[in-house]
Amino acid sequence: MNAHTPKSDITNKSSDLTRRSFVVGAAAVGTSLLVGCSQADILSTGSSVKVGAFGPFIKFSPDGMVTIVSKHLEMGQGNHAGLAAIVAEELDADWSKIVIEQAPANAKIYGNGALNNLQGTGGSTAIANSWLQLRKAGAGARAMMVDAAAKTWGVSAAEISVADGVVSHPSGKTAGFGELIAAASLIKPPADPKLKSPADFKLIGTDKVRRKDSKAKSDGTARFTQDVHLPNMLVAVVAHAPRFGAKVKSYDATAALKIPGVDRVVQVSTGVAVLASNTFAAKTGRDALNVTWDFSKAEQRSSEDLLTEYKRIASGGVAEIKPQPFEMKGDVSKVNGETLSVTYDFPYLAHATMEPMNCVAMVDGRSCKLIGGSQIQTLDQLNAAMVVYSLPGAVEIETLFAGGSFGRRGNPPSDYVVECVEIAKQVGSNRPVKLVWTREDDMMAGRYRPMAHHAIDVKIGPDGYPLAWRHRIVTQSIMKGVPGAPAFDNTTVEGAMGSPYLKAIPNVDAQVYMPENGVTVLWFRSVGATHTAMAMEHTIDQLAARAKIDPVDYRRALYAKAGKDGERHLAALNLAVAKANYAGPIEPGFARGVAVHESFGSVVAQIAEVSLVNGQPKVHRVVSAVDCGIAVAPNQIAAQIEGATCYGLSAALFGKITIRNGAPVETNFDGYRVLRMDEAPLVETHIVPSGEAPSGVGEPGTPLIAPAVANALLVLSGKATTALPFVSA
Amino acid sequence: MAISLTINGQAVQVTAPAETPLLWVLRDELMLTGTKYGCGIAQCGACTVHINGQATKSCQTPVGSLDGMAITTIEQFGGNHPLQSAWVRHDVPQCGYCQSGQIMAAAALLSHTPKPTDADIDAAMAGNICRCGTYQRVRAAIKDAAGNQG
Repeated sequence: MNAHTPKSDITNKSSDLTRRSFVVGAAAVGTSLLVGCSQADILSTGSSVKVGAFGPFIKFSPDGMVTIVSKHLEMGQGNHAGLAAIVAEELDADWSKIVIEQAPANAKIYGNGALNNLQGTGGSTAIANSWLQLRKAGAGARAMMVDAAAKTWGVSAAEISVADGVVSHPSGKTAGFGELIAAASLIKPPADPKLKSPADFKLIGTDKVRRKDSKAKSDGTARFTQDVHLPNMLVAVVAHAPRFGAKVKSYDATAALKIPGVDRVVQVSTGVAVLASNTFAAKTGRDALNVTWDFSKAEQRSSEDLLTEYKRIASGGVAEIKPQPFEMKGDVSKVNGETLSVTYDFPYLAHATMEPMNCVAMVDGRSCKLIGGSQIQTLDQLNAAMVVYSLPGAVEIETLFAGGSFGRRGNPPSDYVVECVEIAKQVGSNRPVKLVWTREDDMMAGRYRPMAHHAIDVKIGPDGYPLAWRHRIVTQSIMKGVPGAPAFDNTTVEGAMGSPYLKAIPNVDAQVYMPENGVTVLWFRSVGATHTAMAMEHTIDQLAARAKIDPVDYRRALYAKAGKDGERHLAALNLAVAKANYAGPIEPGFARGVAVHESFGSVVAQIAEVSLVNGQPKVHRVVSAVDCGIAVAPNQIAAQIEGATCYGLSAALFGKITIRNGAPVETNFDGYRVLRMDEAPLVETHIVPSGEAPSGVGEPGTPLIAPAVANALLVLSGKATTALPFVSA
Repeated sequence: MAISLTINGQAVQVTAPAETPLLWVLRDELMLTGTKYGCGIAQCGACTVHINGQATKSCQTPVGSLDGMAITTIEQFGGNHPLQSAWVRHDVPQCGYCQSGQIMAAAALLSHTPKPTDADIDAAMAGNICRCGTYQRVRAAIKDAAGNQG
């Protein structure tokens, strides 16, 4: 077997991924035991992955089945379908004979070129970073099959064709992939296999590309972390700090230990864990614990306090917090004209995945195995290794389906993974421990989308278009505290930074303040755009209304002024306008709201049809146009736009975590309202034709619906929106 | 306490404490893991099963209250329910974690309302959250399955 490891062939046209690129290097910097090793050495030390003759992504079976190995986590976003389609296309495989398997954790083989080669799934990069890599893998294996058939049959390889997993020669000779495995595995893999021209794609871009996991996810057999049962396994439920920053002072486990099924109680850095033979006993035991907390370093403030402070900061009233510029040109102070001044407030948001955070770990001395929905395997390896005093390669990970993530499972300190490993380390002897966070644990654990305050002052020219744009954003840094993070955290401003509107305006002074507090924050599906898209897009409609220009025409004019930076926005907008019959009649009491935004290399335009029902916005239909480069799996692109729109609408309508005296008020779905069936709009997805390499799809559909609704409400009520969520509790 | 249940057509004796939610008996004792834990307070519907034919949130149903009752879980459908075929045709699931509960709620709906209107679907599915936002495909698949049943 001549194993080969492909070079990392990456197409990453989206530049906004750098924010996560340093994370591995960062974690390494913070870990003394890793000093002296190169990053690649650290990440691969001790890892053992058997790579077969056809490379790390493809395995053939004698029965004709083809296994595609996915280096990316499937957390709902449908990437497994797209990844498999990329391989199957170049391989000319039979789509019905493709199965998908999750890769083991080994960054050297399965690194993500858009995430600095750490193994991980995030930033809507799965398809984009795999595009060339998997095409070459498929084309290479196809060439090996062709050469094997040519040798076996004594014919020229040039005369051989492949279709639906069958290799054929005009003489009538045929063989399935399964029959050629032995001969093909002796062929040297081509270094640079010839790739198809996109014009010749038969599978990519068609509705033949469908999810392979729909059946398992409809009959209860799909395996999630929560479903792991292993012999002798203990279930752990942890008493966590009731306020951010609180620590265990002491605890009394007497009552907990009396609960039948409770095995033991152990302290970890994040709280006190009750271990039991089953989940209900562990939870009952946890609830029976008597923990005394040390609040001396805990956050004590409330959301209102923070917002008051944010407003003071935005007005320059807090000298010690310095602004950091992100878009500056011309001289805003020298521009005269009519001024539009707007502000927006955004609350903390919990990701609230359907499957709360959880993990299975077993530790024996310095070896560790994790089972779960690991989103950034390399970071989970690094962080787990630090707990067991090992190198990351000593941490094996079996990656399962994740019951949602939206960013939550991939966090730099691997919070819930480390908690599980700390517990499993105390148990030892490789005894499996399943850490189960209750919904309340999950919702109260922080790592929220940060609160944000925007203050924008626009100087308007006589033609109604902006001459100067002054923008202040106040929000916590997402990257703060990650060792080695860059000086400027662009996650806080992406979407305002790089906006085509700012390219079109001659004078711009856009700066961000990043104050600190004890509430932990994290990226949340579409990250900075979750608030910047609202600030930009709703301000544009207020400007258009003031100028008495239709908001679509207003945008078109600005995109034209932005030149190349506005071209894709314009095309997406025009497609959405056409498909939505934007200029056509609409039911009385309804209004259309427009938004256009670029994130993760893709541009989305949406037009929402909105009415007011009992004073609350009701979204009926959302017409979307997406430019995501070559559309690999159109059905799943539509699914992502539908789902992201619902996720964004849920946050826009209801999403809010309120902090009171350093603790979250909303702890479950009774307080943290989320979108339900009767509130979900009908979302239509149209794809802007493109010959460019694929870009992100999982996140870019999220941030538009809030401004689209706000813009429709501006038409319906004449009132601008100044804070989210739209619906107060 | 020993409790006699019929689960997916089979007589089962359960020895868990009476206050144990049915959910944890199914998942941890009987290893019927298709029924999911999502919130524990009957808000999300991931734990939906049928008790004597009624869609019920198993996380708030003490097993001690179920002596002699018939419980149906997603495993009983074996992938052959018309809803499950429709779910696959429409590629409804994304993360998939809520889908057992969605299907159990939809199956109860179709059992008493074979041709549901949009309002029927809204009402029957109101207790089932999907954070991936698959609602429009859930709706389409229910209507598709209802057509196939008709």
